[in-house]
Parts: sequence; C-alpha cells; structure tokens
Amino acid sequence: MEELLEKAKKIAEGAEVFWTTRRETPAHFEANRLKMLQTRESTWVALRIIRNGRIGSSSTTRLDRLDSLVEQAVEMSEFGVPATFELPKHGSFPKVEVYDPQTEKITIREMVHLGQSMIDQVRAKYPEVLCEGGVTRSISQVNILNSKGVSASYKKSGFALDLDGTLIRGTDMLFVGDYDVSCSPIRDTKPVVDQVMQELEWAKETVSAPPESSPVVLTSRAVAGALVFPLTLALNGESLVQGSSPLIGKLGQKVFDEKLSLWDDPTISFRPSSRAYDDEGIPSQKTPLIEKGVIANFFFDLQTAGQAKARSTGSASRFGSPNPSPATTLEVIGEGDTPNDSIIANVEDGLLVFGLLGAGQGNIMGGDFGGNVLLGYRIKQGQVIGRVKDTMIAGNIYECLKSSLVLGNKAEWVGGGLLTPPVCLQGITISSRGPAR
Amino acid sequence: MEISKDEITRAFKGHRADFIEMRLEESESTRIVYRGKELEEIGRSTGGGGCVRALVKGGWGFVSFTTPENLRDKVKLAVQQARLVGKEASLLAPVEPVVDTEPPVVKKDPRAVPLADKKQLLDEYNEVMWGTPGIQTSTIAYSDGLRKITYASSIGSYIEQTKVDLSLRVNAVAKNDGEVQQSGVSIGSRGDFGVVEGLHDKVKEIAEKAVLLLSAPRAKGGEFTVILDPILAGVFTHEAFGHLSESDFLYENPRMKEIMVLGRRFGGKHLNIVDGAAVPGFRASYKYDDEGVPSTRSDLIKEGVLVGRLHSRETAGKMGEKPTGNARALDYRFEPIVRMTNTFIEPGTMTFKDLIADVKEGIYARNWYGGMTSMEMFTFSAGEAYAIRNGRVQELLRPVVLSGNLFTTLENIDAIANDLEMNQGGGCGKGGQIPLPVSNGSPHIRIRKCLVGGR
Repeated sequence: MEELLEKAKKIAEGAEVFWTTRRETPAHFEANRLKMLQTRESTWVALRIIRNGRIGSSSTTRLDRLDSLVEQAVEMSEFGVPATFELPKHGSFPKVEVYDPQTEKITIREMVHLGQSMIDQVRAKYPEVLCEGGVTRSISQVNILNSKGVSASYKKSGFALDLDGTLIRGTDMLFVGDYDVSCSPIRDTKPVVDQVMQELEWAKETVSAPPESSPVVLTSRAVAGALVFPLTLALNGESLVQGSSPLIGKLGQKVFDEKLSLWDDPTISFRPSSRAYDDEGIPSQKTPLIEKGVIANFFFDLQTAGQAKARSTGSASRFGSPNPSPATTLEVIGEGDTPNDSIIANVEDGLLVFGLLGAGQGNIMGGDFGGNVLLGYRIKQGQVIGRVKDTMIAGNIYECLKSSLVLGNKAEWVGGGLLTPPVCLQGITISSRGPAR
Repeated sequence: MEISKDEITRAFKGHRADFIEMRLEESESTRIVYRGKELEEIGRSTGGGGCVRALVKGGWGFVSFTTPENLRDKVKLAVQQARLVGKEASLLAPVEPVVDTEPPVVKKDPRAVPLADKKQLLDEYNEVMWGTPGIQTSTIAYSDGLRKITYASSIGSYIEQTKVDLSLRVNAVAKNDGEVQQSGVSIGSRGDFGVVEGLHDKVKEIAEKAVLLLSAPRAKGGEFTVILDPILAGVFTHEAFGHLSESDFLYENPRMKEIMVLGRRFGGKHLNIVDGAAVPGFRASYKYDDEGVPSTRSDLIKEGVLVGRLHSRETAGKMGEKPTGNARALDYRFEPIVRMTNTFIEPGTMTFKDLIADVKEGIYARNWYGGMTSMEMFTFSAGEAYAIRNGRVQELLRPVVLSGNLFTTLENIDAIANDLEMNQGGGCGKGGQIPLPVSNGSPHIRIRKCLVGGR
C-alpha cells in the first residue's frame, strides 16, 4: 500500500489510501434450528487523489489490480469535484477500545449453542412460535495512509445476537424480535430472550387502536426508526451545504423541547460503531448536535466542512464508496427525568410502538416520520392491554419534539449506533381501520 | 481472475458433500452523482470475488471471498461448515445440468459511451433542474455496471453470464419557510443507455412538481377509494403480494403454507398476477438464476385464485413443486435466496376514465418513494396525490402513505384498467441483499377502502 501511495503522490498534490479487511462468521438459524454456517472474507482498497485541485477516486476488491487504481483515479480527477480541503496531518487520536481478543476465541460450537438456547427458551414457553436467529462474530481491520503523513490502523471485533419470532393464527401474523451487539462475546442471552417473550406476552390479545390524537410511546428501538433518521438528516453537513436542511440558519436557536439533547460520540469503548478516528484519519470527538433543544452543530467530513467553512467533526464514513460522506457514528440522546417504567404507567390511553414499517419513506428531510405500526400495543390506564393492528402513525419532528416531550431516565442501546431512552410524544396522528375506538 | 473450468471441477472433487456450487464474479462500475448544483462524486470501482456453497445432510455451508486463490480450501471450509449444520436429508428439486454461455444483452452499451458524454448529459439535466425557480437542492445519481458471472456446480453445470445494468435517479427538493417537498423518478435498464437519454422534459416536470407540492394541501387520513397509477400499482403488487409468493417464507412454516394454499381465492376474476425472468426485455430478465436453473414465467394469481409461487431448488424440493428459476444473489458476497424478477398485474378491459367515473370522493395516487412489507401488512408511499371528487381528478395534494392488510386489499381491488406499464427503476431488498434489480408494473387499478396515512 505504501507503494501505491508513492505512485499516487508522484502525479497528485495529495493522495490517500484507505483499505479494510474483514472476516465475518455468521451462524444462521431458520425454522427453529441451525440452517447455515457462513464465512465471509473481504478486502477493499480505495484510492483518493487531489490532482490539479480536483478529486479523483477509485476502488477495488482485488489486491492484484492495485496498479489500475492510480490510472482510474487520474481519469476521474479530470472531471472531478474541486477539493475544498487539504488532507490532514497525523493527529492525536483518543483511546477507544474496539477489539476484544475473546471474540476471536469464541468457537463456532459455542455460537451455535447460544443461538439454539435463545430459540429453545422462547419455544419452551411459546411452542407455536417459529424462530429465526443469528449469532455472528466478526473481525475487521481498518487502515489509512495519506501523503501528509497519516499512517494508522485499528482492529475491531464484533459480536451480534439476533432473534425473531413469527406467530400465525389464521391470517393474523405477529412478528417479534430483538437483537444485541458488542465488541465482546455476548454470553448472556437473557435480555434478548426476555424482550421477545415480553412482546409475545403483550400480543396475546388484539385490541382496537386508541383515539386519533392519543399520546404515543416510542421504545428506544422505535426512536431509532422514527425520530433519529429525520433528525440526523437535517443535521448532516451535506444537507447544510446543499441548502436542503430545515435547520439552516437555526444554529444557536432553540428548535426543540429543552429536554432534548443529542450528540455523536464515537469514543465510547467496546461499541461496534466506535472508532478512534474517522475514514479520513481525523481524530474522533464527542460532537454535541442538539443541546437542551438548541441546535449546537452540524456534522461534517473534510469536503463538506470545506464547503461550509467549518471544521470536520471526524464524521467521514466510506460505506463502500471511494469517496467518504458525513455520517454519525454513535448517536446518544440525553436521558430525561421520567423513570422508564413510569412512561407507560403515566399514559391514560395511548399507543406503545416497538417498530414501524416504512418509517423512512415519507418526506424525511421535511421532518416527517410515520408508517404502519408493525409491532405496537394499546396502553390503557397505565397498562398494556393488547396488540394493535392495521394502524398507521404520522408525525413531524419539528412539531412533536417542540414541547411536552417526555424522556425516560435510562438510555438503552439500540444496536451499535444509538443510545436512547424511550420517549412519549404528543401530536402524532393515529389512523386506523377496524373496530370503533 | 482467469480460472479454468478444470480448476473448478478439481476443487469440487472428493469432499463427500451432497451438493457443491461455486460462483466467480468479475465486475466494474461507474458512478456519477450530483448533489445540488455541483458534481459530488465521480468514481470507478473494479473487483469481484467468489463464493462456494455446500450442502450436507440438509445443512448449508457458505464461504465468500475477494481473493480467488486456493479454491479447494474454500470448498473444504464450506463443506466442513455444512457438515456441522446437517442433521437431516438433503432435498433439492432435480434439475438438468446446463453448460452455456450467455453474452450480455445490450442495446446502447453504457460502457461504449465515453465518460465525458455521460457527464455532459447529466450536466444538461442539472441545468434544466436549476433553471426551475424554487429548487432548493437536487440529486442526480447515475451508475452503470457490468458483472461477468461464472457458475459451476457438482452436478456438472457450467454457465457464464454477463449482465450489464444501469440506473438513474433524479430527485428535486423544494423548500419554503422550513417546509420541504420533493419529487423524483428512478429509471433502470438492462444494458440500454438510451433509456436515460432525452429526459430533459421529464427532469423539468420533476423540478416543477417539487415546487408545486409546497403549496399543496395535505390529504386527510382515513379510508378512501384510491386509484393507483401503473408505477405505484406495480410497487403495490411487488410489496403487498409478491413477497408472500416467495416460497422461502412458506416451505418450513406450516401455518404460512395453509394461508398460501394453492386454489385459495385472493381477489376478483379480473385479477391476474405474473412473475418471471423469462418475460423478455425487462430489468430482471435473465436466462439462468444463481443456482443455474433456467428462468420461467409463473402465473401467481389467475382469475383471482392463487395458482403458483416462486422457488429455489430447496423450496421446490421440499414442497414437491417445480423450481421456477427465482433463486438470486445480489453478488458473490451472498447466497442465492428466493426473489421476484419482473412482477406485474395483467391488463383488464376498462379505461382510466371508467375507473374514475363513479368515484365521489377519493385519491389518485401516483409515482412512488418506496414500499415495505411484513407479509400480512404493507406500507407504500406515493410520490404525489390528487383529490378525486365526483369522477374528476382535482387539486394536487401532499404525498400520501398507503398502508393495509394484504388479504383485504387484494379483495378490495374492484377495477383494473387496460394500460399496463412496467417500471424499470426498482431495487428490492431482502435478507440484507439490496438493491437487487427488479421491474414491476400494472395498469391503473382501483382499491376500495384503502387506508391513507395523512394529517
């Protein structure tokens, strides 16, 4: 790779080589039993150059084709975007642990056992449930070199449990599920199993939906699907540069309920999304995005930061494209003051939402969220009374998060990329067919 | 990666597996993206890799790689993994071994169009876009790619297929006082650059539509008579019904099998739904699927009654039916799973005017953002909507999200027009494999009592 960089340096003012290797081993369960074991190995190399002030890039999965990368990047740079940045020098990176040697040591046999035991626990109580699941371990290595002296590499381990259950009665279908991820082996399956059992337990009865403007409780998982997507899109430096974000000109202004704080923090150790530096070699930092309802920052990679005359927030991610783009890494929504249990207990009549179908389809940039309630329950007098079906919710973050927001006092992990408490919102429209409400 | 047929055949030998298959793939792609007025990205990728799948006593092992060396070791690992899984009998629907070479189907080959010409065309579209007052930002994303896939299996199949695919997404965003609206189109083709040329008027229409939506009122939420245009009806067919006909959801699920029992009535006599990669000329038309099975054309619903479904070799074998050539993998990183190809509602006899004539109050929903399904329930988003009153299309409304229950909604399709159109812009996702090129289509259809999400 040093050779590739040297070759690129000769024809360009700036050059950067980014490469990853990954080995992933999933054990996949279907119809209550182990169905397939996989090993996925991949290598990927991306070259980005700045030549005559313009960006050119190319990438390949083939180590025997590195020679053609320079040529292709040069060809692309002829038409390329003018660079608004200089490549960084080697910075001082925070200490972020993302590798646990124990993960590499866990055996396939143990992974299979973990997966089967999750399924067996659920089926011991609900024998009619058909389970799917997965136990996956992964090891990856991320490397970056640039012509300004960045030379860095980190190793990351990942472990994931997921469990899904399907229950069919007539043409009535219920889908439940939960998952957990870490950089370390997860040997305690109880949280995932308990969550799935809770979802099944509450779904024993099907009831009518609450009235149209009832309060809606979003579990931490539903917060991820419904709220985080439109919030993050509006705070993306790219949306700022393009002029599409509704938050343009709102920096320093109070837009949301003062209970709402949101930051991006890739420095939390042992979370699979965390990292000491981003995909351009910029040190990771904790970036406040919303502080007590006030817009604090947009997040940037180098190019968008250059366009916006701002500084990169260390938010460059490549997602398999040779050109990075700004993305959050690990978002955290600040905790509120209502005990998580009381959020449901305080609702007189309302909807509890675990998952939405089609949440990312409406006018996300405009702040809209909503969709079909894939898994949701009715709350009456503080108790979950049964499952709600054939119901849609629709809301807008700029209205629903403006005031009277209720936030739980204990945040929960949703995968590797979000830490949030459950919330209760007003101002969401609930539409439903079916029995009178 | 010049790997000979002999080398692959040798790698298969002596592993004591019930079945082994390998796919090797070489690919190249070009991507040009404009965001706002400026070019955001122009890049080229090359590469590829391969995978081995092995079956032992009903259990699967799968190994994927980007370095196609030591193929014998990869096969060995896949077989070892399969052996750890297998505890029952292997059962695959029998197929004849195939030895064939399928050249790319190209009309105007995108690879023969110089990069400068592609950029020039997109520059023109971007100028048209920005010539429209009120546009806040836009995305124009073009990509084309070639994949050369070699398939070999232990039953003696050896198939080389080369596929050229291209797509264009144009999206316009208009903004006013913090309100944002958008409009867009997706176009795709299996190897004809011509479909993305000459779209200047279309781009203008999209830009103007986004601006117009800013002043459009919101639709009321609730149950309405809804008329879907061919694009949205095609998405509906794919999302609401198509996924349920994928047999991997059924074959080990006795209760789902009961629901999807052949002969069950799903809709009126006018309802006919078809899927097939053997239907020529569309984005997902191909000769062999990723298990080396020849493609077919499958009637799924005939005169309102369920008559067929989509299969891989395993689902067909376990259900005692014939394979349909619907096992598809996004690329070498993934195992083939049951997928749709070109899916459509067959045309009826009515005209659009007939459909709308007796609608007192309803919604005419056009175009799409996307759709999702969880078998019984589905959600799909229209790109634009119009009010219908007293048999006439009236004012433009904000985009609506339509949602419903498959079983009642198919029953509630009470009229089908005669104007079938196919949409080639689709990219389907399932099991982490996205976007898989698909096409879907329909004539205009009318649905009674359709749930519309609005505010």
